[in-house]
Amino acid sequence: MVTSDSARPRVPAVEGWFTTGDEPALLGNRCTTCSTVFFPKASFFCPNPACAGEEFEETKLSRRGRIWSYTDAQYQPPPPYVPRSDSYTPFAIAAVELADEQMVVLGQVADGFTVDDLEVGQRVELVIEDLFGDDDNDYLVYKWKPIGATQ
Amino acid sequence: MTDVVVAGVGMHPWGKWGRNFVEYGVVAARAALKDAGVDYRDVQFVSGADTVRNGYPGYVAGATFAQALGWTGARVASSYAACASGATALEVARAEILAGRCGVALVVGADTTPKGFLAPNAGDRPDDPDWLRFRLLGATNPTYFALYARRRMALYGATETDFAEVRAKNARHGLSNPNARYRKDFSVEDILASPMVADPLRLVEICATSDGGAAVVLTSADYAKRKGIDQPLRVRAVSTVTPAFPQTVIEMPHFATDSGAAVNDAVVPFKDSIAQAAYEEAGIGPEDLSLAEVYDLSSALELDWYEHIGLCKAGEAERLLHDGDTTIGGRIPVNPSGGLACFGEAVPAQALAQVCEVAWQLRGQAGERQVEGATVGITANQGLFGHGSSVILST
Repeated sequence: MVTSDSARPRVPAVEGWFTTGDEPALLGNRCTTCSTVFFPKASFFCPNPACAGEEFEETKLSRRGRIWSYTDAQYQPPPPYVPRSDSYTPFAIAAVELADEQMVVLGQVADGFTVDDLEVGQRVELVIEDLFGDDDNDYLVYKWKPIGATQ
Repeated sequence: MTDVVVAGVGMHPWGKWGRNFVEYGVVAARAALKDAGVDYRDVQFVSGADTVRNGYPGYVAGATFAQALGWTGARVASSYAACASGATALEVARAEILAGRCGVALVVGADTTPKGFLAPNAGDRPDDPDWLRFRLLGATNPTYFALYARRRMALYGATETDFAEVRAKNARHGLSNPNARYRKDFSVEDILASPMVADPLRLVEICATSDGGAAVVLTSADYAKRKGIDQPLRVRAVSTVTPAFPQTVIEMPHFATDSGAAVNDAVVPFKDSIAQAAYEEAGIGPEDLSLAEVYDLSSALELDWYEHIGLCKAGEAERLLHDGDTTIGGRIPVNPSGGLACFGEAVPAQALAQVCEVAWQLRGQAGERQVEGATVGITANQGLFGHGSSVILST
């Protein structure tokens, strides 16, 4: 069983997608020509068809948003999903609307929350938690955690 | 552009047969050729819809089917557009005919599928969003279907019972369909007792993966007339549109939508744009339809499609369902074939299977599931990574 207090190094499951620490945030980028923000980061060319931009600056996305919709995974997903332990525990997934970016971002919901705890419109914030572990590392990922009552 | 016709259609029944996909494709192709009364040696173009699960022969489906049917020197093409592959293969063949480069084309799609969830191809591919969504999110295809379903509940007050009623309707529609894999009557209670897979969607409400094959013989109207083809159906439109930027609705397999903050262009939402492009080409509207075959990857998704193809306004799909409008005998039957609920999905064959059903309906050959007096039918479907698919046929 992998726990967060294992002795293994804790490393992001993917490079350059989020910061860790007390106020973690998703890392997108912004086209320096048209100002459109992308997550995951755009590379090489701006996906806006009206923009010929090829330069981007890294930008942190809003840490808080509202649930656009949600669901869960009652059955263990197939690889490359890696289960956290031998006995599968269902987890919830939320699509979260970020107001400033006018963007919806998918993420797992923080440990300990099920669909029964979620509502469309509910406020959530970004946290960093374990995704899975192997012999070498514990791998971290961003998740959405409910922070308050529905408006 | 109405000078291309469907001359014949054919299928290999859907199931979990576990045999080579080529066999299903050839069975379907021969059935379509026989249905058209066309000699295979007259086919000048073979357009294959690819399967990515069956190795190299699946990537070169056009050549694979051409060889299996017997080399004749015909030109080939192979198309991949995920669930929309069949429509893309159809469009490639139609373009050949419209360009005057050929008079007869054969379009074939077939698949052999693994058990369980569709998963990405093997290997470590951290640059592939389809791989990453499984690794980082554990997001399967039903995850996305369920997000739309829950959203529908929150926006319009849809209920799990509404979704189950869609599934029950399609079960009734498919009961007598000889090509359907599942021919079992389900009550709403049966469906609501099925195990939850991705809340609020249950096992029998989520499309299974199936083996199957479908084929369409397309010809020029001139060829059909010259050969005296029986009941040729006019191909009024084929829509293979992509989304417009910014795409602000979350779509499989992505992690996020485009941002709508910096670019304020009002764009037609992708799923609405698919049928819109088809209506525009055909010069008709939803009020002219006799029936529709839509991609019910989940029970709830069928309700979304009612709105995306313009059968009703947003939020009115449940009323359409409850009024019986979309049941055979109603105003605009949807999925008279039984839909994916009764077929499961054989990815490269599925968009063609939709066309087969519309063809049988318009020719009055659909047996117990016949929509009386059908003259115009539409198909609607979407392949991941931005592939629209919609075909309109008329008598």
